[in-house]
Amino acid sequence: MRERTQPVDRRAVAAIQIALVAVFLLVWELGVRVHLIDPFFFSAPSQIGETIASWWQHGYIVGDVVTTMKETVLGLLVGGAIGIALAAILASNRWLSAIFVPFLVLLNSLPRVTLVPLFILWFGFTLWSKMVSAIVLVLFVVFFATYDGIKDVDPTLVANVRVMGANRTAVMRHVLIPSALTWIFSSLRSAVGFALIGAVVAEYFGAQAGVGYRIQFSESQLNTSGVFGGLFILMVLVFFINLFFQWLQRRLLVWKPADS
Amino acid sequence: MNVEVAAERFVALVGPSGCGKSTTLSLIAGLDRPTSGTVTVRGKPVTGIGDGVGFLFQRDALLPWKTVRDNVRLPLQLRGVEAAEARSRVGEWIGRVGLRGFESAFPYQLSGGMRKRVALAQTLVYDPEILLMDEPFSALDVQTRNLMEGELLALWQGSGKTVIFVTHDLEEAIALADEVVVMTAGPASVKARYDVTLPRPRDIEQARFDPRFTELYSKTWNDLRDEVLESYARANAAG
Repeated sequence: MRERTQPVDRRAVAAIQIALVAVFLLVWELGVRVHLIDPFFFSAPSQIGETIASWWQHGYIVGDVVTTMKETVLGLLVGGAIGIALAAILASNRWLSAIFVPFLVLLNSLPRVTLVPLFILWFGFTLWSKMVSAIVLVLFVVFFATYDGIKDVDPTLVANVRVMGANRTAVMRHVLIPSALTWIFSSLRSAVGFALIGAVVAEYFGAQAGVGYRIQFSESQLNTSGVFGGLFILMVLVFFINLFFQWLQRRLLVWKPADS
Repeated sequence: MNVEVAAERFVALVGPSGCGKSTTLSLIAGLDRPTSGTVTVRGKPVTGIGDGVGFLFQRDALLPWKTVRDNVRLPLQLRGVEAAEARSRVGEWIGRVGLRGFESAFPYQLSGGMRKRVALAQTLVYDPEILLMDEPFSALDVQTRNLMEGELLALWQGSGKTVIFVTHDLEEAIALADEVVVMTAGPASVKARYDVTLPRPRDIEQARFDPRFTELYSKTWNDLRDEVLESYARANAAG
């Protein structure tokens, strides 16, 4: 007999999570205070807080976040659009998919971070080099998820709309894309992470603003508090991006049973 | 295999599983191409998906991301029916299959029987001349199934539509059809054809107690039994 599964109390979960973070920060801070941890190498929560506060006072944070977000969002949109379009084209033609999918698999296995200096060489310290870095990461994640999603579609659904008079475009629009949307969505959530990595790494290699630039600048000053401060800002960004996607998912996937 | 189906008739195809009943329907619909031979609909060879053909599948074929209303509207939308007319026809058919009030529900919120009703409305809303049905009610429980069979007959009666109904349930075949075609275990060919002389309009529940029903049932079952046994033996030999 299976036990009846009790849903977890979400407020209790949140409370435990907050407590864990608090304990972690407290141990870290105390470790520094009793000289078990060297703040030169590991900083301390209080110092990180001070660094972030001073960035805020200088007005760096808003500028950095806006810059990084612009690069991330543009990279995500363009990379996602290319990935979805490419998947739609390749999944609907056996010849094209047989020819091109192996290339995409190969390209996807390259460590694309190593290409970032090239992008900077080609596009300069501009928005473009950051966007392209994000795009080459996002594109593949979204492509493979959409491609698999379209391939996985129930053939009965396709047969049904074909009998009702759907041509290829209509099958794509009414069946294949909506069916792939679940996959696209879960891929977009991880793609956001990739877009952010692409943008930040490109900033890290050369930029005048952005969170990645702030981290790189701190590192060059051997300022560990600045490095952790930048990472903390990134964490907060990702947190809110995830919240947004959860909200969007609930709006767009209303046709799914609530428990899945 | 060679079968002709006269227009406006309700014909049931019965046969053991794997005898090619479903394939026959796919060929008539134009979903598949025959490797040899021809299929003609209204005198013309089938080369693609026909305009006047409706198909009811065994499995759920409603689009899960569309509401009842949007599912029923889809064939009209694909055929470029003008919005106002589409709206009134969709409303009418949702009413005729008894789903008024469920227009905004998604398929997952409906029971199996209700989903079949939506599928029926989705097919009938564009008024196809030929209805192909591939064991449409086989996944339903017995009560729902009888109910749906009755409703199908009521919707079909007087509509002038030709129905080809594939089933492995002999009772269902006789209760619904004008003619029962028994297929052989394969390679697909016709074993026998029987006219069903039960009167129309027909009450499914009453029909089953008609002596003509019982007589026809035992006749067709004799034919079918041999084929089922052969198909079973073949499946065991293969497995």
